[in-house]
Amino acid sequence: MTNAWTDIKNTDLVVVMGGNAAEAHPCGFKWVTEAKANRGAKLIVVDPRYTRTASVSDFYAPIRPGSDISFLMGVIRWCMENDKVQWEYVRNYTNAAFLVKEGFGWSDGLFTGYDEEKRDYDKESWDYQIGEDGYARIDPTLQDPRCVWNLLKAHVEAYTPEFVENICGTPKDKFLQICEMIGECSAPDRVMTSMYALGWTQHSKGAQNIRGMAMLQLILGNIGMRGGGMNALRGHSNIQGLTDLGLMSNLIPGYLNIPTEKEPDWQTYISARGFKPLRPNQTSYWQNYPKFMVSFMKAMWGDAATAENDWAYHYLPKLDVPTYDVLRMFELMKHGQINLYFCQGFNPLLSFPNRAKLTEALSRLKLLVVMDPLETETAHFWENHGIHNDVDSAAIQTEVLELPTTCFAEDEGALVNSGRWLQWHWAGGTPPGEARHDTWIMANIFLRLRKLYQDEGGVFPDPILNLTWDYADPSEPTPEELAREMNGRALKTVYDAKDPSTVLVEAGKQVKNFTQLQDDGSTMCGCWIYSGCWNEDGNNMARRDNSDPGDAGMFLNWSFAWPVNRRILYNRASADMQGKPWDPDRKLIEWTGEKWEGYDVPDIGVTSKPDEVMPFIMNQEGASRLFTRGMMRDGPFPTHMEPFESPLKNVFNDKMRGNPVSRVFADDAAQFATSDEFPFVATSYRLTEHFHYWTKHNKVNASLQPEFFVEISEELAAEKGIAKGGRVRVWGKRGEVWAKAVVTKRIKPMICDGKTVHVVGIPLHWGFKGAAKKGWGPNSLTPFVGDANVETPEFKAFLVNIEPSTEEPVA
Amino acid sequence: MSGTAPQPTTAAANPPVQPMEAGFGTRDLVRVSATADLPAPDRQLTKLAKLIDVSKCIGCKACQSACVEWNDTTPEIGENVGVYENPHDLTPDMFTLMRFSEWENPATNELEWLIRKDGCMHCEDPGCLKACPAPGAIVQYSNGIVDFIHDNCIGCGYCVTGCPFDIPRISKTDHKSYKCTLCSDRVAVGQGPACAKACPTKAITFGTKDDMLALADDRIEDLKSRGYDNAGVYDPEGVGGTHVIYVLHHADKPGIYSDLPENPRISPIVEGWKGVTKTAGMAAMGVAAAGALLMGLFSRGNKVEAEEEVAAERLVRDREDI
Amino acid sequence: MNIDLSRRSFLRLAGAGVAATSLGAMGFGEAEAAEAAHVRAFKLTTTTETRNTCPYCSVACGIIMYSEGDVKAGETAEIMHIEGDADHPTNRGTLCPKGAALKDFVKAPTRLTRPRYRAAGATEFQDITWDQALDKIARAMKDDRDANLVQTNEDGVAVNRWTTTGFLAASATTNETAWLTYKAVRSTGIVGFDNQARV
Repeated sequence: MTNAWTDIKNTDLVVVMGGNAAEAHPCGFKWVTEAKANRGAKLIVVDPRYTRTASVSDFYAPIRPGSDISFLMGVIRWCMENDKVQWEYVRNYTNAAFLVKEGFGWSDGLFTGYDEEKRDYDKESWDYQIGEDGYARIDPTLQDPRCVWNLLKAHVEAYTPEFVENICGTPKDKFLQICEMIGECSAPDRVMTSMYALGWTQHSKGAQNIRGMAMLQLILGNIGMRGGGMNALRGHSNIQGLTDLGLMSNLIPGYLNIPTEKEPDWQTYISARGFKPLRPNQTSYWQNYPKFMVSFMKAMWGDAATAENDWAYHYLPKLDVPTYDVLRMFELMKHGQINLYFCQGFNPLLSFPNRAKLTEALSRLKLLVVMDPLETETAHFWENHGIHNDVDSAAIQTEVLELPTTCFAEDEGALVNSGRWLQWHWAGGTPPGEARHDTWIMANIFLRLRKLYQDEGGVFPDPILNLTWDYADPSEPTPEELAREMNGRALKTVYDAKDPSTVLVEAGKQVKNFTQLQDDGSTMCGCWIYSGCWNEDGNNMARRDNSDPGDAGMFLNWSFAWPVNRRILYNRASADMQGKPWDPDRKLIEWTGEKWEGYDVPDIGVTSKPDEVMPFIMNQEGASRLFTRGMMRDGPFPTHMEPFESPLKNVFNDKMRGNPVSRVFADDAAQFATSDEFPFVATSYRLTEHFHYWTKHNKVNASLQPEFFVEISEELAAEKGIAKGGRVRVWGKRGEVWAKAVVTKRIKPMICDGKTVHVVGIPLHWGFKGAAKKGWGPNSLTPFVGDANVETPEFKAFLVNIEPSTEEPVA
Repeated sequence: MSGTAPQPTTAAANPPVQPMEAGFGTRDLVRVSATADLPAPDRQLTKLAKLIDVSKCIGCKACQSACVEWNDTTPEIGENVGVYENPHDLTPDMFTLMRFSEWENPATNELEWLIRKDGCMHCEDPGCLKACPAPGAIVQYSNGIVDFIHDNCIGCGYCVTGCPFDIPRISKTDHKSYKCTLCSDRVAVGQGPACAKACPTKAITFGTKDDMLALADDRIEDLKSRGYDNAGVYDPEGVGGTHVIYVLHHADKPGIYSDLPENPRISPIVEGWKGVTKTAGMAAMGVAAAGALLMGLFSRGNKVEAEEEVAAERLVRDREDI
Repeated sequence: MNIDLSRRSFLRLAGAGVAATSLGAMGFGEAEAAEAAHVRAFKLTTTTETRNTCPYCSVACGIIMYSEGDVKAGETAEIMHIEGDADHPTNRGTLCPKGAALKDFVKAPTRLTRPRYRAAGATEFQDITWDQALDKIARAMKDDRDANLVQTNEDGVAVNRWTTTGFLAASATTNETAWLTYKAVRSTGIVGFDNQARV
């Protein structure tokens, strides 16, 4: 989230599209009902199903799964055509005026530079024209046909209301009514918020769905505003934290990158991250990359990381592919190329697509290690549960270790919420039996591995032997020790660069925040964006002062938010070019003539003048991007793409299937279904009574929603002879499931490109472990393909067939 | 909204853990089942109410979950029968239930998903209490809470017949009748009911009845501004008003909310019992009037025989004939 | 002292709940003889409170856990109730149907209580000690890494890439667990490293 849960109360219009906040985040959604009750705010829901969020909405419209980009480009087109644009914001705070290279263009659904063989684009032309002064060329009048604004106008021209109705199945009058409601929020004193979640991410073009709305929010001037923003409602309690901390194939904490093998040395790596400003006087904060990176290397390897050895750069792995993400790992596993696999609090057998493939892959491991507070299907993948897990145990040679961990109630530490608040919590219960903290387990695995290398030697032991491990009890590092390590400290006394007689931080002391980090090895810091969380003031994540000056919803003294306790990102953009709030009633920060101050921590240098330094300081341009240059693999603007499994051909290009640059493994390509065999569009989702696959283990939630079901329209039920509460079989190209049928008016057939499109809704909370009745997840059916940029699987749009079934599951 | 409605005098606070005396008890009883001549309490507690704003309800079932956890009940893990209601009905282990109805509004042609939290309405004029033949099994306090005292319950099921909202459920295990207590144990230490505390969107609120009615007015104003011309409060007069009240977007049609009664009143049968002499009524139910006899009687079994039920109905008919 | 607030503002929603201010109106404030009576005894009396946050979604609602026994005092503590924290700015004491039933997650019959091992081809788990389990893991890692670490690529560039072992990290563990996990996993050269954010 750019903003915070509590800030949603400040909005005038909530758009829930690509999510279902009332069901998935009920207590966060309360800020929507508060905005409605106290400000008269309106709620729009756009979803293939009439959800529980829709049940309290002011306006609902249906949409075909996987067609969101068309809808959003349609709204942008409507706003541009009807002058619903926050012009001062767009001219100054976005890259609308930037001129793009002559070579860039779009036709037949594809941008310039497509290479079908490589399934990739040559993105050379997707960039700005650079002038002789080294800066990007701009046309502040927005007249130049090559400026971003005019290219965008041309790009969205196709997305007329009729086009939207045809592709999305959204009736034109409903679409136009939504445009009107959204368009009102282009006024500087009207603000809209976007709340979305997996309904946008779990597509082969998920990142472009989100881009679409982000662009719209920029055009309306709603980014950085109280009550505005792009609010990704993260799924799990610390998924934000684990992402921040870089527990991904290609990341280093704080959104730094693991090098690729094209960056063989430190100099190559670091010089590619110079990030010089593209416009005069701009901040381009990523110029500090070397400080964060060197401090990270010092946190990892301490004295073994020196200027002479390029901070132990050779210890880091160098990637040969963009990522070894989960999909790639299971692909490799299936082909016998993975021997040992760890699942720490993760149940991939129900979380990733094509369960049959997952089972096959896990069966080829030598050893699977599962750490979890609960029994998981993954740990028990080799157990036969009749039709619910029909495996031949004896044939599976994988050894499995199931290790009991503590849960939240028994451990201490911080979780990062969707609004980036790091909230400390305390243990209140005794762990059951022999369950141990994850920190104890990880420490003991590491210490034993290190001892083997110490005793036996082995291949390249240096990064293991030299890893910093200076904890009081090496086998159980405390949460405090680890938090302090993430915050960072001075290894040598650090002096002010402008005044070397002033000490910034003494050797051995915690740094105040990341502004004190250095690139000369004098500081260490595990995760720069968290710096400030536990400094010499103590544990700021444990702060519990719930006062809220100005009733602004910021709560600056409750816990700690990254970065530097800022609650709304890009908040400089809440004020105009003179530094005055666009809406005085929604003041966040303002320019006093000398500095920035207000209810939030300014997202700009406190003395940076408002008419000189533009608000988007993390971008080289100083401006936000309507045109993303070459930063996304599938295009600098979002363009309509069909799901890999769709009842429709892409209307721009009937040869194009799915996202033209998504990575597809050969076996999986052969398993994509077509609509002649599988005529119905399926989509997966969560129900409010359950949390993923966890709450089926507890009796209360199991009683509230006990059994796996699918939802279909009355029309499809009639067509197929399916009775309400009857048993059905749902099958696709990769598997089959049996479920109860919920026949509902909340799903209605849509007409798209002249075809009737029926939607089958498949919730995902059942498996073969726990208190609830045994069932399946939608992943028995879904295709093994991910988003082109981040490899998030396409769970939200795929093809199935359905029939009544009298067959009783044998279990 | 302008904030015209007074804020309720209440705001959420965490439960106490220090020992605390109960804020009300037997001295505050205003009605006790099958007991005449109850002395009038020496004080009148402020009337309380739970407000359920159906227009803010997202049907998440947090109320059900919190209810189970607070009251330490164990609802059965059932099956899906093609609807979202689970359990499928109120049970002795599920005192509250979200009921879902899909209603196509003929005026707009739009679908509305009407979700109503069902449970005891805590009637000012409680039919269950009036029907109950077991002395002290059902009580009403002067703050409006109607509570079942299980030690005194004989499991006859008359409360079910007497309830215009079909709320109480008899346990097959211990043959006692169960329903929402309005979390009398929480209210007694200054806390709201568990469902109201949990409710994510504050569709359920709790406070004095006056405050709840004022809050309801504010909500109705908001709903009317959004085109719900018939928004209104449900506080039915037929049972003397209730201590659980609803805000409905379509208050002119309570029946569309999973058969919420249009005009609930105590069953004529029960009114009949009330109307005839106490002795006759008790005799018709096969229950001798004298308290001393009750224990012996109850030990025989908890069921009222069908013939006794018929006899009671006849008695009512006879009375109506007069 | 984690139950203490550094400073408390009285949070409220456009709605309600009962507060101390209203107790008088409901019959409180007078000293009364304990009336055994009808009303069930308040079950949280004399329990220990601990502040925590809900481990499910990313709203991160504040919760208070009520236990018999106090872990901070070195006692065995049994959690007997969990309720929303009314002082928390986001949830204001509310909880969803999952959060309201958190106690049942802590006490789920399928909570794991001891390490278990499944041998190749076996149909059941068997018990194993922590020592045996950890030694087995370390041995398997060492052997696999020594056999399969890619030290250099075809161009002779040092790539220190271990692709035959993978690690999926959790989504509800603390930052502190995550950081320790990061250090341990990265130091080995594992590149098949991912977390729930991928989904």
